[in-house]
Amino acid sequence: MERRKMGSNFSWQQELYAAADRIRYRVMEHTVKNNGGYLAQACSSAEIFATLYLNVLNLEKPEKPLESGAFTGVPGPANPNRQTGAIYNGKKSREYDRFFLSPTHYSLVLYATLIEAGRMAESALDNFNKDGSVVEMIGADHSPGMEIMTGSLGQGISQAAGIALARKLRKDTGRVVIFLSDGECQSGQFWEAVQAMSFHGLENVLAYVDINGYQCDGKTSTVMNLEPFHKRLEAFGARVYRIDGHNVEALAALGKLPPDGRPTFILCDTDPCRGIDILRKRIPKLHYVRFNSPEEREAYRQAYNEIMRSKAAGREL
Amino acid sequence: MEILKKVHANNLVKWAEDKPEVVVLSADLTGSTEVDLFRDTYPDRFFSMGIAEQNMLSWAGGLAREGYKPFVHTFAVFIYRRAYDQIAMSIAYPNLPVKMFGFLPGVTTPGGATHQAIEDVAVMRSLPNMTILECGDATDVESVLDVAYNIDGPVYIRMLRGEIPRLFPSSQPMEFGKSRILSEGNDLVLLTSGICTEEALRAAQALKSRGLAIHHRHISTLKPFHEEDILDAISQAKYGVITMENHTIIGGLGTIVAEKMAEAGIGRKLRRIGLRDTFVHGASKQYLMHEYGIDAWALIREIEDMTGNKLDIQSDELTAPFVVDVHSKAKVEAL
Repeated sequence: MERRKMGSNFSWQQELYAAADRIRYRVMEHTVKNNGGYLAQACSSAEIFATLYLNVLNLEKPEKPLESGAFTGVPGPANPNRQTGAIYNGKKSREYDRFFLSPTHYSLVLYATLIEAGRMAESALDNFNKDGSVVEMIGADHSPGMEIMTGSLGQGISQAAGIALARKLRKDTGRVVIFLSDGECQSGQFWEAVQAMSFHGLENVLAYVDINGYQCDGKTSTVMNLEPFHKRLEAFGARVYRIDGHNVEALAALGKLPPDGRPTFILCDTDPCRGIDILRKRIPKLHYVRFNSPEEREAYRQAYNEIMRSKAAGREL
Repeated sequence: MEILKKVHANNLVKWAEDKPEVVVLSADLTGSTEVDLFRDTYPDRFFSMGIAEQNMLSWAGGLAREGYKPFVHTFAVFIYRRAYDQIAMSIAYPNLPVKMFGFLPGVTTPGGATHQAIEDVAVMRSLPNMTILECGDATDVESVLDVAYNIDGPVYIRMLRGEIPRLFPSSQPMEFGKSRILSEGNDLVLLTSGICTEEALRAAQALKSRGLAIHHRHISTLKPFHEEDILDAISQAKYGVITMENHTIIGGLGTIVAEKMAEAGIGRKLRRIGLRDTFVHGASKQYLMHEYGIDAWALIREIEDMTGNKLDIQSDELTAPFVVDVHSKAKVEAL
């Protein structure tokens, strides 16, 4: 898939929408290729990721896209070669933001975003889900764009909060920006973290939550209700906004708010089938797309080709 | 025997004075884990995290990633039982220098099963990158700070508080990976840890008077365990080896020694004194140690059984145990 040159004829909003589409369709391409994948997550969060990396996050500008290396072994006293995926987000400094992906089954969405942001080479994705590679299906602290261990849901926000406290103690001006998904907010640890971030006045935390309304067992409201989510968060002492998570203007504007003493949560209501209508047939089982038959896989391949044809024919980016 | 009060409370404040990267996290047990003086002395380095251990442990991992050395303080049970996944993924996997101070190990609390950490060594030992230390007296409590601090990775410590005896001279600090040799002999090897060392010492004189030559060591580094000279001593022991721990016999010191002996092919008898795969309940330390068979009498019985000789030791031959008053002023609560 070609990443087109951004032209002056297009507004920044159009560029973000185009990048978001390339993110979700790249994930779709891999889902068909790998006979499965976390596709609905790309549909729901593509605009959030595109807006974060191309508009909101203040990160060091990349010199050139990085290739992906081989995994050099788990951290430990016997391994001096520990690696971090944070290098894809540029160097750390007082003024730069830090990004943390909490639900690591969104890894492929992040990888696709790193390509859009010119931070990871497109060819790095050839190693996706390959044995011995760091470009893992469910990434870890060595995977591109990641620097902490977050796949066990609920732990990401607490670790990021510890980092936010450290940055507050050091008087860093950069923020701690966290991406969360709605299902993990059912965990006790999530609420412990919000309570503690609010108690310790971590106003340098900015969290975007993808409320796509579905989790492994099905519709979130039937698995364990979170609503009224924004009111619950407010009651825990957070500053909360609730928006259409596909609206890049709203996503971008709320990413530039001055701090007010509280951690900020941007709750993003999203559609897990956005841009890929064929997914709607699978509702409510959207957590992971595993094709039930060669025919189904073929139908997704055709849907992908159709989308690519219409994109090529249209005047879209 | 010298008895000291609030050893950790005073020592930590002095020790941490020139270490600004050391911060303390507490889960509503600040006085109970003797970090109230630290809080009052260095308020900017003390963080109250509430009764929310999962968040506290992951949060500590985040701080450690940024160069801080978080000293997590709470009761041992609330560290490894309530936040195991958090310890595993936020701390142990990335090998971060979070130091976990677990108070009330084993039967040292009358708080009952909810407060008694009886399988913590077994649980924490199976975690890669984890170091486990255990204190047996005031000197250990003082010097464990340097040992833990100098380890580049996570450390879990079985800690003592309140009124504690000084068994070892303060000039002989705890050393990483090195046990203390308390007596020499070729009849049997006795390996004790934590408060069981004090119990074993109560019987030392009586056992010696019966002609038993015991190679006795106090073990403070439970993981990693690389003391090959202990294996040499075991292979030379006439009767075998006895381990004695304030912990279940599954997964603790006894298991560690069993694994080492099996790997080295040492065909000697091993007797494990400890909680025999059982929970215990709320009662005094002295009562529980006797009732569940981890006191000086349990050791004597085990030696009699192992050697086949009745030793006929009388109560007045044992050194008097140091019994802490349950309502001692050296603790903020009776737990």
